Amino acid sequence: MCDCHCHDNYNLDTLIPKIGIITEITQQTPDVKTFRVNAPEGGKVFEHLPGQCAMVSVPGVGEAMFSITSSPTNKEYQEFSIKRCGVLTDYLHTMEVGDELTVRGPYGNNFPVETELKGKNLLFIAGGIGLAPLRSVINYVIDNRENYGTVDILYGSRSMDDLVGLKEIQEVWAKQEGINVHLTIDREQDGWDGHVGFVPSYLKELGFENNKTALVCGPPIMIKFVLAALIEMGFSKEQVYTTLELRMKCGVGKCGRCNIGSKYVCKDGPVFRCDEIDELPAEY
Amino acid sequence: MYQIAKNDLPALFRKISETKELYLPVRVADQVNFAAYTEDADVSLETLKTVKSPKDAFFPQSETLYTCHKEENKLSITPEELQNQEFVVFGIKACDVKGIEVLDKVFLSEPVDTFYKARRDHGILVALACNEPEESCFCKAFGIDCTDPKADVATWLVGDFLYWNPLTEKGAALTDAVKELFAEADDSAVQKQQETTKAIVEKLPYMDLSLEGWNGDVLTEKFDSPLWEELYQPCLACGTCTFVCPTCQCYDIKDYTTGSGVQRYRCWDSCMYSDFTMMAHGNNRTSQMQRFRQRFMHKLVYFPANNDGMYSCVGCGRCVEKCPSALNIVKVVKAFQKEGGDK
Amino acid sequence: MQELVNRAKELLANGTVQRVLGWKAGDMAYNPEPSYFESEADLSEFVYDAFCGANLSKYMIEASKKEGKTLVFLKPCDSYSFNQLLKEHRVDRDKAYIIGVGCKGKLDIEKIKKEGIKGIESISGIGMEDACDTLKIGTLYGDKECSYQDVMLERCHVCKGKDHVVFDETLLESRDTVDSERFHEVEKIEKMSPEEKFQFFQKELSKCIRCNACRNVCPACSCRKCVFDSTKFDSAQKANVDPFQEKMFHIIRAFHVAGRCTDCGECSRVCPQGIRLHLFNRKFIKDINEFYGDYTAGEDINQEAPLTHFEFSDREPNEERG
Repeated sequence: MCDCHCHDNYNLDTLIPKIGIITEITQQTPDVKTFRVNAPEGGKVFEHLPGQCAMVSVPGVGEAMFSITSSPTNKEYQEFSIKRCGVLTDYLHTMEVGDELTVRGPYGNNFPVETELKGKNLLFIAGGIGLAPLRSVINYVIDNRENYGTVDILYGSRSMDDLVGLKEIQEVWAKQEGINVHLTIDREQDGWDGHVGFVPSYLKELGFENNKTALVCGPPIMIKFVLAALIEMGFSKEQVYTTLELRMKCGVGKCGRCNIGSKYVCKDGPVFRCDEIDELPAEY
Repeated sequence: MYQIAKNDLPALFRKISETKELYLPVRVADQVNFAAYTEDADVSLETLKTVKSPKDAFFPQSETLYTCHKEENKLSITPEELQNQEFVVFGIKACDVKGIEVLDKVFLSEPVDTFYKARRDHGILVALACNEPEESCFCKAFGIDCTDPKADVATWLVGDFLYWNPLTEKGAALTDAVKELFAEADDSAVQKQQETTKAIVEKLPYMDLSLEGWNGDVLTEKFDSPLWEELYQPCLACGTCTFVCPTCQCYDIKDYTTGSGVQRYRCWDSCMYSDFTMMAHGNNRTSQMQRFRQRFMHKLVYFPANNDGMYSCVGCGRCVEKCPSALNIVKVVKAFQKEGGDK
Repeated sequence: MQELVNRAKELLANGTVQRVLGWKAGDMAYNPEPSYFESEADLSEFVYDAFCGANLSKYMIEASKKEGKTLVFLKPCDSYSFNQLLKEHRVDRDKAYIIGVGCKGKLDIEKIKKEGIKGIESISGIGMEDACDTLKIGTLYGDKECSYQDVMLERCHVCKGKDHVVFDETLLESRDTVDSERFHEVEKIEKMSPEEKFQFFQKELSKCIRCNACRNVCPACSCRKCVFDSTKFDSAQKANVDPFQEKMFHIIRAFHVAGRCTDCGECSRVCPQGIRLHLFNRKFIKDINEFYGDYTAGEDINQEAPLTHFEFSDREPNEERG
């Protein structure tokens, strides 16, 4: 080794992950499981802010970016709700409590819960697995209830069985004062007496006033129609936040994959205000 | 300034390589690329452009980041050791030096890439001025003077001598270590050569290439141009342009399962490849036109938008020489210029 | 060359074809690019000269999906590739109007540069009309000359012949360019000891940067999704994690195109590292010829292909090994 002291200044590279141990697995829907992850010595692997993501990996299988679905106010563990849709997620779904994986992060920006969103009436609109990033914010808001105005949660899925975290929605969120939950499923189903129809049309039916800030997350097609509906209802783009999702490898704006316009979704996102998205080339 | 006879260069290389790894242009199977110096290496300083740029010295085509071991269900991670030996890159040209400056913007910005930084901290750049630029060169368009490279040491080959001028502390330290081989020299021979070379630069066909109108402010206008649809047509979707480029820095992270543990390595990737942006549930760039556009928009619009106007191109002209379909950044810039002029 | 432009204009004007696939003049003497021309005005940039080495037949896979007919200019060797693609149902004969163009040998700019000629400003003697034995090259460092024959692409020295195997009409004269024995280089390698062979290929293939240019240009590599692009495969595209994989990529590719490779030489033309990739393919061609009788892929679409046709009398290649 040379006699320089450069090495004294080197931090462990951000690409080197930490080890996480799976401490609980909840089957949310036929293809979504929520994984509770802790550091092997207990406690959280790292701290994060609502909306931030982390790279979860099974060495030899793959590594991908997932939003952290638990709230930062949860001091014991972190959770990831993961839908089975590829090589890595297929493998994750075969894992058991006690198995280890690697986690690195947190990456990206967050929903501005301590700045722009403070004191606002909030309207959460989610479709399918899109509830995962918003759940982090919703629980943050519940734990800091005094800082926010009214809260409406509009959530829809293909079917009753595909509603992620139904138990928490009905038993925790719906019972909070000043929080209204509006659920919908795409098609009629035995045992469902709630609303039936797509999220954007239910949104129009509910006809919220535009004195709210909307946080939207779900499949691109849903986001597109929800945004159009909100504009129709008199919301401005500055009142709407959403998240973008592109292929990511590094998580720190260097590998080039999630570059869109002059932004890197992993670093400058995933949370964007809709007027910011308008400035990006149409490539998401 | 110092000088050393060309005939004594093997002694210089030997001397440097006694204490440090030395990378320089070496001919292997008829092609010249930067490679480690050995006694029997066929060193070719006359080669203007190595096939690949010397960026691999700092950002290797493939490098292991860490190894994961699994015992029962317990994982452990062993990070790869960082570069801890000084090394010398000899014969790097002015354009490629600038290329490293571009890479610095990416890898040394927060969060710093420590693998890259360790190499930068330990790497000593000995640049070699160009004497006979070629028709594919257009470094001047990026404000680069190929006769006056700015690195730890600048050198010039003139007649039977190599002239050596240390420019930084690192360069001075290296100079001290090999000074016994040098004689003091004045810079008159160098100046004369510089003038001759500059006169040729003025005559290069791409000398007048103008980048006017390429900056972060024209994003939508350039992105939406119908020209891309025409320009990309012959593109074969290979990665030649990106892999020979001194500034392309996109990478992939992949796993390699060895008998003992999983090596997670990163390797160069190309935005020209069909799977570059592919996710388990979709792809946001499905056509080659989009991928082709991304490469040039990134170099000429997105990168300058984030880096105070610095382009992610240094005019080395490797893509001009190597694209199988004769496409390149110059043709793109010219096509937009022509379109602008026709309006 | 004007004949080609005139004929293309006629065919566009009378509605026979909807577009023309040819070569567009570059901004230097030696860098024309494959291009589509949709109108008479576009054709002002059309060029056909000694640097139009690019084989346009693979582009016809995409052109076959377009509306209407595409006029494509094919050199004699390119027509073998087109025929082979036809045999594999990758191109649509009804969507192509083929003008077989003559060829006087195509040039390799890398070879010109290897002669020490740099700073090239102009090259004369490359047109079809004025093709001559000596090229006159204007450079920033003075006027140079070199022999046309010496700087031809490797494929032209061992040309399959100047007859087109598929065409609607032909234009322009060819000239014979053969001056080497096609399998000579292969024989030289066959004579090497196993260690020498290994070293030879090790040295050549260690230059590979996995840019995939050879695969992407290859008319025989027409899979919609290449196994090397699969995300489920450890060495998908990308760089080599160890020296074995670079060999695997090229060896698998050579096996995959065996019996279908027309020896068009595009792989070697486009390789940025000058790897003599055609030698792999040519070894297979030589073996196939020896084992199953002379066969030229793409020559006759009705002929049974040796590797997809079985007879009880077929010999087992392994018998030869010892």
